[in-house]
Amino acid sequence: MLARVGPLLGLVIVSVLFGALVGPQFFSPANLELIARQTAIVGTAALGMTLVIAAAGIDLSVGSVISLSTVVIALGLRHPLSPAGAAAAGIGAAALCGLVTGLLVTGLRVVPFIVTLGMMLLVRGAAKGLADERRIEAPVTWLNDLLRSHALGGGLLLPSGIWILIATALVVAGVLRYTRFGRHVLAIGSNERTARLCGVRVEASKIAIYTISAALAGLAGVMQFAKLSVGDPTVAVGLELDVIAAVIIGGGSLLGGRGTVFGTLVGAVLMTVIQIGCSQRGFPNWVQQIVTGGVIVAAVALDRWRQGSPSA
Amino acid sequence: MAEALAPRFRMRGIRKAFGATVALDGVDLEVAPGEVCALVGQNGAGKSTLMGILAGALTPDAGQMELDGVPYRPRRPLEARRAGVQMIYQELSLAPHLSVAENVVLGMEPARGGLLRWREARQRAAPALGQLGHPEIAPEAPVSTLSVAGQQLVEIARAVAVGCRVLVLDEPTSSLAQDDARRLFELIARLKAQGHAIVYISHFLEEVKQVADRFVVLRDGRNAGAGRAAEASPREIVALMVGSAVGEVYPRSARRRGDPVLELEGLVLGSAPLTLHRGEVVGIAGLLGAGRTHLLRSVFGLEPVRAGRVRVKASEGFTSPARRWRQGVGFLSEDRKDEGLAQGLSIADNVTLSRLEGLGPRPLVLPGPQEAATARLIERIAIRCRGPRQPVRELSGGNQQKVALARLLHHDVDVLLLDEPTRGIDVASKAQIYALVDSLVADAGDGRPPRAVLLVSSYFPELLGLCDRIAVMCRRRLGAARPASELDEHRLILEAAGTAGAA
Repeated sequence: MLARVGPLLGLVIVSVLFGALVGPQFFSPANLELIARQTAIVGTAALGMTLVIAAAGIDLSVGSVISLSTVVIALGLRHPLSPAGAAAAGIGAAALCGLVTGLLVTGLRVVPFIVTLGMMLLVRGAAKGLADERRIEAPVTWLNDLLRSHALGGGLLLPSGIWILIATALVVAGVLRYTRFGRHVLAIGSNERTARLCGVRVEASKIAIYTISAALAGLAGVMQFAKLSVGDPTVAVGLELDVIAAVIIGGGSLLGGRGTVFGTLVGAVLMTVIQIGCSQRGFPNWVQQIVTGGVIVAAVALDRWRQGSPSA
Repeated sequence: MAEALAPRFRMRGIRKAFGATVALDGVDLEVAPGEVCALVGQNGAGKSTLMGILAGALTPDAGQMELDGVPYRPRRPLEARRAGVQMIYQELSLAPHLSVAENVVLGMEPARGGLLRWREARQRAAPALGQLGHPEIAPEAPVSTLSVAGQQLVEIARAVAVGCRVLVLDEPTSSLAQDDARRLFELIARLKAQGHAIVYISHFLEEVKQVADRFVVLRDGRNAGAGRAAEASPREIVALMVGSAVGEVYPRSARRRGDPVLELEGLVLGSAPLTLHRGEVVGIAGLLGAGRTHLLRSVFGLEPVRAGRVRVKASEGFTSPARRWRQGVGFLSEDRKDEGLAQGLSIADNVTLSRLEGLGPRPLVLPGPQEAATARLIERIAIRCRGPRQPVRELSGGNQQKVALARLLHHDVDVLLLDEPTRGIDVASKAQIYALVDSLVADAGDGRPPRAVLLVSSYFPELLGLCDRIAVMCRRRLGAARPASELDEHRLILEAAGTAGAA
């Protein structure tokens, strides 16, 4: 039970802290919405990373996949595809990257860290080549409104992109907890040999996990595109580390077998709160980085300590 | 000649208990310089515990030890090694990427001011390697390029280079080809001539005669006898190993042999075919490393089947664990900790992993039905736990084993492949597992056809008590299955050691 509450407790403490530092306007609806919008990209990609890490894998190519997705969307819109078609193309291209990762991880029996390190460069290069090393301008469509604030009088309360994130999170959480595939993911992460012995198709499951994860990174790319309104092959460099940090703060273990979607989202929000809180208080960027780094290490250390204590 | 000398080491009245189990109860052992002493006994007789104490891995509860007349009480393996007591285990402990010479001097590299002195290291390794009588082992070759036999020699060279006074060899020939074994014996003879005291642990009684001067038999943690190796027949040694132990009670309900469900043919050249029927328990006896586990794993699709045929319920075709489960075959791994169970997951997740269907409306797996199904099994086989959601890691060995078995019951398999189902578990859990196995093959009379069990065990009384038929496996070859009533422990030990013809 405490494992569920731990990250949330951390979020509450950090929020209260910044509320005190910044003032009551920190909790104003507009500010909360800002936090939600800033979390959307990392949060969406972290849903997929939760599956990967729960299965004792890792995916370092997420940032590159997001940038490829924005490029494909921009090219699609110029082609011209419908906005929905372009978004689907972006997600599809991302999923294809994940499929390749999955095939390499299972086929070559190379550890995912190395395979996805290679994919990180490979996909980044592909995105740059596809975009001819330029930003791709694209016509303005409703895609650009996904993360636009409705605070000035929309009917949805939150930007539609946030609703997409919430709905996707519910689906992924349901799959992880209440389906055969989800139980297999956790079993592979907890002990791959046991999973194999129990008849789990370990290879096929891993390919599915990396493909789904990359597709979700592609969806994060759609949101990245909404924010930028151009296809940018140089965007989201290093973002995979934020994504991994969100999963880890949320209780995922790099050793596998653990991780919840709820925890991951809490972890992603926690990092945004630190980011926004620091900038609104007027702290320079370096302070923000030190605080975020400290929170990541503290979250994992606390978790270890809790696991170690017999009462937990 | 050996008796004339003062012993190199002497162990007196060694006692060691693990919880309520007494592993050693006043054991004596002494070996003279230049003497090879074979330590024999069945699995669980206390050989490993005794050697663990000698090597400093375990501390005795009572008893004295002396090394060259000086009291010897190692608190850690390192202390024992510094004192010159070297163990060569079955699992070799070399650094595979380093060269032969580097391995030999590993941990005692000559250095000055932190800088390694390579020439000196090679000089120190050379005589130790030279002694092996294997000039083909190049000092600069990476250890990973050597055969198992070669690696074993390197490990012995390391022991010699460190300056060993007592050398313990634990089942050194179990993974060696005959020719390599012969060359190992030559090396042992040379080491003996140099005055090393050698303890030789082996199940192969003919080897004992060949290599050892003396033998010491342990049984149930006590000295059961000793003698000169040249003067004793294998049959006499076996008699000392077995003794007249009171038999445990094995339940045996009425059984009726039904249809064949598993047929093995020609998996290893020279093996007899084996057919397993419903309503029977067939045992596979053999020593560690005889290939029993490999056989079971190939049948289940966890190891490739290179030759021969496996037929389950009259159908052949590819083998994979997923397909075997679908065919109604379940496997219990001997490695409960690292393979059988996902330690971090709950009892419910472990028990239901192979069959998650039916635990909620498709395609869902709901916690409610999952826990209910697990709770029924927890009650049926008396798993002691807080509930279905308790992590397996927190359970005792016996209860963990029951969780692993519960998986086969949850899946409701027809054929159970059980690899060492009672290894390392308490007496009460053992009895419960015996009763469970018996009930599965019994003619229940409720219309449910009885299951079939293929049982691998190193504990022969258990095989004799539970099985209808037993096949002996020796050096990877499976013999024909014979009725358990025609066999006894002596017979099994002799055949497993490949000594059937002798004596």
